[in-house]
Amino acid sequence: MKLTLRVWRQKNADAPGAMSTYEVDGISRDMSFLEMLDTLNEELILEGDDPVAFDHDCREGICGACSLVINGDAHGPERTTTCQLHMRSFEDGDTIDIEPWRASAFPVVKDLVVDRSAFDRIIQAGGYISAPTGTAPEAHATPVPKPDADFAFEHAECIGCGACVAACPNGSAMLFTSAKINHLNVLPQGAPERETRVLDMVDRMDSEGFGGCTLTGECATACPKGIPLPSISAMNKEWLRAVRKVRR
Amino acid sequence: MTRTLWDSSVGKKTVMAVSGLIMLLYLVVHMIGNLKIFFGSGEFNHYAHWLRTMGEPFLHYEWALWIVRVVLVAAVVLHATSAYQLSRRDIRARPASYVHRKPRAGYATRTMRWGGIILALFIVWHILDLTTGTVHPGGFQSGHPYQNVIDTFSTWYGNTIYIVAMLALGLHVQHGFWSAAQTLGAGNAARDRALKALANALALVLTLGFISVPVAVMTGVVS
Ligand code: HEM
Ligand code: SF4
Ligand code: FES
Repeated sequence: MKLTLRVWRQKNADAPGAMSTYEVDGISRDMSFLEMLDTLNEELILEGDDPVAFDHDCREGICGACSLVINGDAHGPERTTTCQLHMRSFEDGDTIDIEPWRASAFPVVKDLVVDRSAFDRIIQAGGYISAPTGTAPEAHATPVPKPDADFAFEHAECIGCGACVAACPNGSAMLFTSAKINHLNVLPQGAPERETRVLDMVDRMDSEGFGGCTLTGECATACPKGIPLPSISAMNKEWLRAVRKVRR
Repeated sequence: MTRTLWDSSVGKKTVMAVSGLIMLLYLVVHMIGNLKIFFGSGEFNHYAHWLRTMGEPFLHYEWALWIVRVVLVAAVVLHATSAYQLSRRDIRARPASYVHRKPRAGYATRTMRWGGIILALFIVWHILDLTTGTVHPGGFQSGHPYQNVIDTFSTWYGNTIYIVAMLALGLHVQHGFWSAAQTLGAGNAARDRALKALANALALVLTLGFISVPVAVMTGVVS
């Protein structure tokens, strides 16, 4: 395959950025999108140019490091992560636009790499449980009803990639935050911090400069793990419950 | 708790949802009341008079009406203020747009802000037209709403403003009602279709009910 790539290039956080055009040839349909970018970078290095910086780690769709907006879609045209997107989703001769996640809470570090540490700080605010250390407790000691276990599992799938924020016209982190809160709040292990967790994490989310939810639904469409839109409603319910229960 | 509500994006959205639902409840009642125009001037004017004597003898003349007005003004102010503040936050959170743009979201979702502004302007005109009579075409007679309504809908601009605003209202309610359910924590996967259907039905019934009045005046069904 022969492709034309238009890639966002930006030297550092303070430099202005712009789209640059590159041609790549000899791309196999079975390559992943990141392997296609590796091919481009090898050529750039041979020519003495600066390679395109992009985030990646596991390359198997589980770590949440990869992050590209491809032709206007976070993680590209398929419902998967960029690392699991293959070139067979494109046609020979295509022009592909590649941009970084856009949100003021995710500033560009270089080229296609953005700083997602705001997510870490939301997790630090309440995405944990207090468990005594020592031997692992007997698994059957704490029964969890099946529907609750399913609900927790569905939300535990979030890999923290930030595609939801990138896709949202308001740069909102509600889908991510709701996934983390719902995952723990429904389980008995998460019960001691049930109220403080939702209040503190939402508070942190706001102070990091993420936008609010206007129920546009772009986040859930972009999410590679299928976190559904009603998760946000479940978080709102937890928040309203906590506001009534907690005196602060 | 009040501070937590107003300071948080989730809390402010709650204020927006509750004030929106209060206005929505009022509009359903208002729309049904308007349909009494089809039963002639006697019944319509009598109904308008009853709005003032409602609650008597427990309440004094017009007290109930004033209570409704105060609640509505509070709802409009809270709704518009939170809409403005939340929108500013949303725009600040996403300063740069993508070079490669895609058509996004449904029409009703994209027009919430402009639709809201149209509704705010409409509310001002509507009160000046049919409540105070300040901008009413022809002689405004307080206590004779039937004639006042006919006067307004006998002008081309009266009909245009009203019908455009009611279409905007339908779109606003279509996305707004469903959104409010999500905001208040009533949304879940099993209920989603029912909530969307209810939102569509409410929007349709409200818009058609309100628009039937100017259409009836234009076509001479009501005169
Ligand atoms: C003063 C004029 C109005 C303005 C400026 C306005 C503005 C807005 C805006 C911008 C939104 C969406 C904001 C967001 O999603 O964050 C919204 C939502 C909403 N509006 Fe209005 N609106 C107005 C009048 C009305 C009226 C008359 C009703 C009654 C039917 C109404 C009912 C709603 C509801 C139920 C929502 C959803 C709240 C939520 O998302 O939880 N609005 N409004
Ligand atoms: S909710 Fe989905 S899109 Fe958002 S961070 Fe988690 S996995 Fe990524
Ligand atoms: S690189 Fe780990 S999810 Fe894509």
